Amino acid sequence: MIKLQNISKTFSPGTANAVKALQRIDLNIADKEFLVLVGSNGSGKSSLLNAIAGSFVLDEGKIFLDGTDVTSMKDYERSNFISRIFQNPLAGTAPDLSVLENFRLAALRTQSKKLHKGINNKFKNAVAEKVSILKLNLENKLEQKMGTLSGGQRQALTLIMSVMADAKIILLDEPTAALDPRSSEILMQNAQRVINEFALTAIMVTHNLKDAFQYGNRIIQMSEGIIIKDLNSEQKSKLSLLDLFGWFE
Amino acid sequence: MDFYTTAIAQGLGFAALAIGIFISMRVLNLPDITTDGSFTLGAAVTSIMLTHEYNAYVCILVSVVCGALAGMLTGFIHTRMRVNALLSGIIVMTALYSINLVIMGRPNIPLIGLQTIFDAIKFSDDIFINRMIIFLVIAVVLMLFVNWLLTTDFGIAMRAIGNNETMLRANGVNTQRMKITGLAIANSFTTLSGCLIAQYNGFADINMGIGIVISGLGAVMIGEALMSLFNAERIIFRIAGVIIGAVFFRLILGIALSLGLDPNYLKAVTAAIVLLVVGIAGIKNYKLRIEN
Repeated sequence: MIKLQNISKTFSPGTANAVKALQRIDLNIADKEFLVLVGSNGSGKSSLLNAIAGSFVLDEGKIFLDGTDVTSMKDYERSNFISRIFQNPLAGTAPDLSVLENFRLAALRTQSKKLHKGINNKFKNAVAEKVSILKLNLENKLEQKMGTLSGGQRQALTLIMSVMADAKIILLDEPTAALDPRSSEILMQNAQRVINEFALTAIMVTHNLKDAFQYGNRIIQMSEGIIIKDLNSEQKSKLSLLDLFGWFE
Repeated sequence: MDFYTTAIAQGLGFAALAIGIFISMRVLNLPDITTDGSFTLGAAVTSIMLTHEYNAYVCILVSVVCGALAGMLTGFIHTRMRVNALLSGIIVMTALYSINLVIMGRPNIPLIGLQTIFDAIKFSDDIFINRMIIFLVIAVVLMLFVNWLLTTDFGIAMRAIGNNETMLRANGVNTQRMKITGLAIANSFTTLSGCLIAQYNGFADINMGIGIVISGLGAVMIGEALMSLFNAERIIFRIAGVIIGAVFFRLILGIALSLGLDPNYLKAVTAAIVLLVVGIAGIKNYKLRIEN
């Protein structure tokens, strides 16, 4: 589903601040794989995610999504394949638009936004049905401004928004980093449910080793822009939480 | 009576300008001051076309297209050449001064005796009332149009621009192109206003746009202050507020002049009114933040 061929990226090249974020990375991620990316700060895991999303231009290498070469595609063009959950729980939604209007934009992620009124009762019911998956009682708050909801609620809604349009790949960049423990737990359970139900290929960057241990069927550790550990489903299932903590000593 | 109808009619004529400012400053969250140039552009195009005996409706259409081009130019400089939005507007505004002068051929063109839209449509025999009704009809049509536009799928995306660009790009919107389109729409409203006001005043003047952006902004802010009293947040009310704000603004200026204000102080009074509204809003927000 996702294929990275020899990709490299150096930020601020040729200066004292040059950072080799990604160094000649080769990576194949199979359909429906749930990959967890761990590593210390500055190890390149967020850069890897951003490279796939198209947030910057690569120095070298190629990226294929579902067999299509997307290397020269901009981020908003790659949104045809990818939906994203950001570290900042407020980044995935527009606060001054209603919940329903946010969902309308998400439903049109892979289409152009036309001069056509798309919000009707049918759409509203469809959104209410999807939002009810979350079990957060947000179904009756669809007319409210997104900004009136909490970070945890907004992040959960972003999750559902990501599957409003046909999605194949979901990128989660430390989705629970800014949430309290209970909201984090609810979010991760919901994420797992959405990923299973919609048969998504997922990549999650996280600093939470418990989440890294509990979720996903493949785990990769990065350091200084290279992959230093890569465990498949079987190996990951044999991994203990203590082993995982050991990786960071 | 004439005094009030004149002020109200003028205010309604400036409603299109205020809507243009509303779109750029509030919807797109871009401080666009191309306005000073594009307002005069509308008047310049209209005056030269009317003197060449073009139909007044054709003048409106051409003005709107010219405004869209000016807005696109500002948008292009801002998004593709990565120039600060304010500076992009200043650059285009400055260039437009010369362009307007070239279009007009001289600094002032009188329109006395020419066929304007006020001669084309007759709602009332009273010339003042007639003008006011024509402007009112136009303002209501614009209000309904903008309300429709901003609630379509395209409009929702446009409103998200000034709100959360990251989210919009993640949902497949080319935000740069959207900004260019938005500025084109905003400035076509501004030129429409210039076109209408020139026909209303019976002349076009190269300096009529100077400082006009501030009166548009004043109208938007007065409208917002009014609507916040009623907690009216729906888009149609916000646009209605902007139009009412434009009328209020003219009424205040009209009253100031009728009380014997030296017209030389007009711009200073304009600035003072805007400062007052902005200042009150700022202090109110600050107090709210402290209380919470």
